Amino acid sequence: MSSLRNTISTVAIAAFAAVAHADVGGDAERGENLFRQCSGCHQVGAGAEDRVGPHLNGIFDSPAGDSEGYRYSNGMERAAAGGLIWTYETLDAYIKDPRSLVSQTRMSFGGFDDQQDRDDVLAFLRRFSDNPQDIPESAPTAVAVDHEIAPEILAIVGDPAYGEYLSGECTACHQTSGAANGIPSITHWPSEDFVIAMHAYKDGVRQHPVMQMMAGRLSNEEIAALAAYFKDIE
Amino acid sequence: MKLNRRAFIGTAAAAAGTFAAPLLVRADGHAKPRVVIVGGGAGGATAARYIAKDSNGEIDVTLIEPTRTYYTCFFSNLYLGGFRTMDSLGHSYGTLAAEYGINVVHDWATGVDRDAKTVTTAGGYTIPYDRLILSPGIDFVDGAVAGWDVSSQNAMPHAYKAGSQTELLRAQIEAMPQGGTYAMVAPPNPFRCPPGPYERISMVAHMLKENNPTAKILIADPKEKFSKQGLFEDGWSTHYAGMIERVGPDFGGDNVEVDPNAMTLSIDGEVTNVDVCNVIPAMKAGKIAEIAGITEGNWAPVNAADLSSKMDENIHILGDACAQGDMPKSGFSANSQAKVCANAVRGALTGSTVFPARFANTCWSLIDTNDGVKVGASYEATDEKIAKVDGFISEVGESADVRQATFEESVGWYDGITADMFG
Repeated sequence: MSSLRNTISTVAIAAFAAVAHADVGGDAERGENLFRQCSGCHQVGAGAEDRVGPHLNGIFDSPAGDSEGYRYSNGMERAAAGGLIWTYETLDAYIKDPRSLVSQTRMSFGGFDDQQDRDDVLAFLRRFSDNPQDIPESAPTAVAVDHEIAPEILAIVGDPAYGEYLSGECTACHQTSGAANGIPSITHWPSEDFVIAMHAYKDGVRQHPVMQMMAGRLSNEEIAALAAYFKDIE
Repeated sequence: MKLNRRAFIGTAAAAAGTFAAPLLVRADGHAKPRVVIVGGGAGGATAARYIAKDSNGEIDVTLIEPTRTYYTCFFSNLYLGGFRTMDSLGHSYGTLAAEYGINVVHDWATGVDRDAKTVTTAGGYTIPYDRLILSPGIDFVDGAVAGWDVSSQNAMPHAYKAGSQTELLRAQIEAMPQGGTYAMVAPPNPFRCPPGPYERISMVAHMLKENNPTAKILIADPKEKFSKQGLFEDGWSTHYAGMIERVGPDFGGDNVEVDPNAMTLSIDGEVTNVDVCNVIPAMKAGKIAEIAGITEGNWAPVNAADLSSKMDENIHILGDACAQGDMPKSGFSANSQAKVCANAVRGALTGSTVFPARFANTCWSLIDTNDGVKVGASYEATDEKIAKVDGFISEVGESADVRQATFEESVGWYDGITADMFG
């Protein structure tokens, strides 16, 4: 009897802990601010679309790899096939250390080490799940651009064949498989995001010496060519 | 003209095939142009993979490499420091053979007949080529360090070609008596991996600090300056204060003699007993370049646009072995040059588009746990040489986060470049 009672009390505590995390622990306002670290790739809110990463509306309790039309990494496809569901606990584990939960994910994010940070971000994200009508009637929260570039640059149609040749400079570090381990994945990005990111390095807005050097000598056409190649790389 | 030449080559190749080996015979009778690549490192493996991948079977690619498992020289210092296993540095050629259709021949190339356009191997094969790419890495200059030759490399390892030498050096460091002395004879310019000896010093110091904290490190260096000097010296004083002494040429670091039997190092006549002596002699192009008769001095001069030999338009030289201009001799450089060369060779043999050459290099070094630094530059082809365009280097006093990110980036780069080489 006593062992059964112990079991019951453990379950009760676990359930309480989960509830505490989900409904009480997080500060959604603070989470919105922290979400800026995610918004380069992920949109959430009204009209959110898949970008570098999938949109996050309705992420809670949805199966992994479930955003129709988004091209997931092989790692995420495997996790999805294995039955991964995005619960509070699995999302918490994923944003703590993405690659430890889903090896070979293309999500190039080091992780939120701090439990409070994770609680806050998840509290924010939770606003956009459960009931679709809870989604505020505002513009998408995510702003994918950290850099403004001229529309005519964005309009350039890149030559993927030239991009393939140029990509040799990228693949000394970035893997064509999309694997990301210390060096981010650059495969299957929407062309616009790729072009904006490269111009942000080229114009010195994004701070990374290797990328500034590499992007610095690429012409607008060459950046468009690389974007076209990496977008549809097999 | 082109068709006739190819038809002729096809006949010659078929004749050679009869006493070469079954592995050289193809059902289509050698109608395809043939590229032979000597050396399966960052230059040769990359060139083989890109030519095979991008020609979609239009070019026969043969890669001659003696080792069945290739251990990268880059990151082998991290093995000395205990940050990597030797296994994690080993790569097989199986994917290049199975998925890219490259004919991988595990043999030593011992001769090049530039008139007949054939390579001979120690195993007795004669392999014809339309284009030959040599990427043989480095060998050592005879007599570069008084008292040392290859027969003494067991007593005094160079560990500058990764593998058994690296394992030997680590075992010797681990066996040092408490308070003992590790000595390095550093090489003169130019040499493979300019920051390499100094990253090695950092890694040896890291290991000694943990296991043998009273040990000393002594460097005899013929160079006044070295790569990332400010970063390394700052890191050494931070992490390994009082452990490392470097004797430059102003105090006789260029006047060195070793005695492998007595285990002594003499610097400008002053003899020191040492427990480990890591002799890294002056370097030259891998011997096959000299045998092919395309070297001038210690290296093989090349044209910047396609890495072709200045002495033979049908031979290209990649990586450490070539004299190309401003690029450092590094795995990253060899990989970069290989892709330019592959594009040019494919264009010459199949008429595919040849894009303008562009080159880049980045060298990461680890000073201590999570303390990574880097230096890099971009390059372009001019009429005279591969010329530096732009560059960057880590700064002294960067935050611990930046240094850790730099180290993590280097680990990512290792995975990236080895995937780019071996598929």
